[in-house]
Amino acid sequence: MSIFQITLIVGIVMQSVCLLLTAIRFAIGPTLPDRVTAFDLFVANVIGIIVIFTELTNNEDFIDVAMILSLFGFLGSISFAYYIMRITK
Amino acid sequence: METSIDWELVREIISCVFILAGACFMLIASIGLLRFPDFYIRMSAITKGSTLGLGLILMGMAIYFNQPGVLLKVLAIITFTYVTAPVAAHVIGRTAVQNGIAFWGKTNLEEFKGYLMKHRLERHTNQDRYTEEVPPAMMEKDGGAGDAAGKV
Repeated sequence: MSIFQITLIVGIVMQSVCLLLTAIRFAIGPTLPDRVTAFDLFVANVIGIIVIFTELTNNEDFIDVAMILSLFGFLGSISFAYYIMRITK
Repeated sequence: METSIDWELVREIISCVFILAGACFMLIASIGLLRFPDFYIRMSAITKGSTLGLGLILMGMAIYFNQPGVLLKVLAIITFTYVTAPVAAHVIGRTAVQNGIAFWGKTNLEEFKGYLMKHRLERHTNQDRYTEEVPPAMMEKDGGAGDAAGKV
């Protein structure tokens, strides 16, 4: 295992710590918009993990997964925002 | 004097630097999401930090693969993220203001009072859930509209 792979694994571990902290905020978030922003950060972290995993396995087919996930993360946060706006009006 | 440079090693080193910088930015954004006191401050922290971190990680991968197709896909993802992340943050923040999510006690709301008065949202900003020094009796005496933000 070269130092390159070790660096990529360190990056994946840092992203996993990010996911853990975001999950804590998702659990204790006092309001619903807090949870929506935590979901945004979830999606960004998962995209980062997929990208680093793509580089680790040297297989560029996983980039499409990251592209689709970035599209659906935006749609998810926008739809949650409109849902919150609708249920309180 | 032709020195043979191992270009793959150079690409790996640059890619590692980019990816570690991006992971650091995302870690800082996560710590900010966990530690900041207010919804709006948290949203500001994670919008900037996670967008920049994701862009750095994607650029590191594009540098490593060294192919035009991969670079095109990465640029598409970066462009889409940089366009949509502020839009999503704006929509969620606007929804939060209209739903009366409490501001932090130390937030300066002087220039923001016009918007809140115009939309009759001023009662929401005073029920400050993040300050604990305000006794609940004072809040009820002023009709739930005591200026708790001004006292802190």
